[in-house]
Amino acid sequence: MLIIGEKLSVISKRVREAVQKRDKAPIQEIAVSQWKAGAGMIDANIGPADENGEDLMQWVVSTIQEVVPLPVCLDTTNAKAIEAGIKVHNGEWGRPLINSTSNDPERFPMLELAAKYKVPVIGLTIGKGGLPADAEERTVLAAEIMGRAMEYGLPLEDLYLDPLVLQIASMQDHALHVIKAVRMFQELNDPAMKTIVGLSNISNGCPRNVRPVINKNFLMLLAYEGLTAAIADPAEVMKTIKTIDVITGRTLYAHSYLEM
Amino acid sequence: MAYVAQKENFPGKVFEVTFGTDTKAVFGGQNALPFYAFEGSIPNRPLIAYEIQDITPDDWPEAVSSVYKDVSHDPVAWARFSQDELKAKAIALRLIGTHPDREDRTPAEAAKAVRDVLAVIKVPLIILGSNSIEKDGPVLIAAAEAASGRNCIIGKAQEANYKTIAAAAMANNHKLIAMSELDVNLAKQLNILISQMGLDKERIITDPMCSALGYGIEYTYSVSERIRLAALAQSDPAMQQPMLGDAGMHAWKVKESSAPESDIPAWGPEKERGIAWEAVTAGAVLLAGADILIMRHPEAVSSVEKFIDELMQDGGR
Repeated sequence: MLIIGEKLSVISKRVREAVQKRDKAPIQEIAVSQWKAGAGMIDANIGPADENGEDLMQWVVSTIQEVVPLPVCLDTTNAKAIEAGIKVHNGEWGRPLINSTSNDPERFPMLELAAKYKVPVIGLTIGKGGLPADAEERTVLAAEIMGRAMEYGLPLEDLYLDPLVLQIASMQDHALHVIKAVRMFQELNDPAMKTIVGLSNISNGCPRNVRPVINKNFLMLLAYEGLTAAIADPAEVMKTIKTIDVITGRTLYAHSYLEM
Repeated sequence: MAYVAQKENFPGKVFEVTFGTDTKAVFGGQNALPFYAFEGSIPNRPLIAYEIQDITPDDWPEAVSSVYKDVSHDPVAWARFSQDELKAKAIALRLIGTHPDREDRTPAEAAKAVRDVLAVIKVPLIILGSNSIEKDGPVLIAAAEAASGRNCIIGKAQEANYKTIAAAAMANNHKLIAMSELDVNLAKQLNILISQMGLDKERIITDPMCSALGYGIEYTYSVSERIRLAALAQSDPAMQQPMLGDAGMHAWKVKESSAPESDIPAWGPEKERGIAWEAVTAGAVLLAGADILIMRHPEAVSSVEKFIDELMQDGGR
């Protein structure tokens, strides 16, 4: 499973300050530690970035790729910033990933960019009308996004469907809806559609000591349903990923499998 | 519609190992199952090394010991004979005389045998201990030093003694055989442990443990297959090492290759039988995935070389 490091986010005060001051050191340190911990891609969440979004995204992408040989997941609602990020992204280690489009017309430009630059995109199964109620509603939204992707000429293998993980502390039912949606999304196409989640949203609002427990166990259930990728903290989840690979027979067991 | 054979391509590949200095030998490097060149690339044919020993063997059946009767008293003469007369592409010197139950030779004596042999051969050398867990450490440390700079393969490192032997390989720039006992998970574990010591994973050769036809070869076969599939299908870096088949030693140890015809007339002449036993054992481990074999009888070696020729014809297509 692909783990996309979630730690470079302006939600974090340290990242926010570094971004404001254009201070490379903290950004690079976080990127490197996520790469070393097993991330296959680094999420760069620059927030809405309404002002100077283009410069900001270019600076963040270049700052990350100066020290880490990984592709970057471009995470903002500002389409211009996404496009700017794609332009400076070093493709040597893989294509960038756009985070994200949805069924909300305001997010359609992301899909256009994905098709134009031939880069993959996350399709968040949410529309204008509020949160999806269950797995079936998520699947209807997924089908709409897939239809639009085909209209724009984006290959379906470049679309990662995201069932929208919600907080277990306030919307407990949705945990099961999300698991079921991951299964249903895959059935929408042959070969199976790719799926992705923003993992730690499940434990948002939970006590600090509880969060990793919920995250890792939720990931285990999602992995069993065939999840392709997760935006998560690699330091937290890599042992879980390795264990899932052993239990499901994707990796041969050895006593030191966690150290590999 | 014409039949189109289903082909499977694998993401992983077996590491390629080169050893020796003057005349080098190379094996591994393929991304396909044994002899399945139609599914991938097999850049190197399996390599056969001739076994020699540091003392006159007293446990080899007549059928095979007679081949070496004029040279087996002296490892140097034996090495020359194997290289010059038998055209060995590689030689495996088994320091069996160091075993406490044999002559209990010292590490210094072992080192001398290694130096003497290396002085007269150009082909690459494999240096094997006597398979004594305690003794192989000091013996292989001395032997590895004596062979420093000659890019040999040394072994076998096992779970109970890998640290000293791996350190000796690292310090003297040799390749290392890691042997586990017919257990795919322990084979992987040993490779991980050795890599964690700092020996490059591409310098390890896995010995899943050979066994003779009729004496558990199906276990060797199935463990080898699983190792190879982990290398190819899962790109598992702790399983991508080429594999060794120590076939001669096992084949010539069993009753079927040694019992004289006079004892069991129905089995026919023992010489022919022993050679066939070694060749079939070696052929089976090749089909299971062995990349390098250690063998004894030149006629068995010729049969296996011919077998390889036929399977590799037109690049194996």
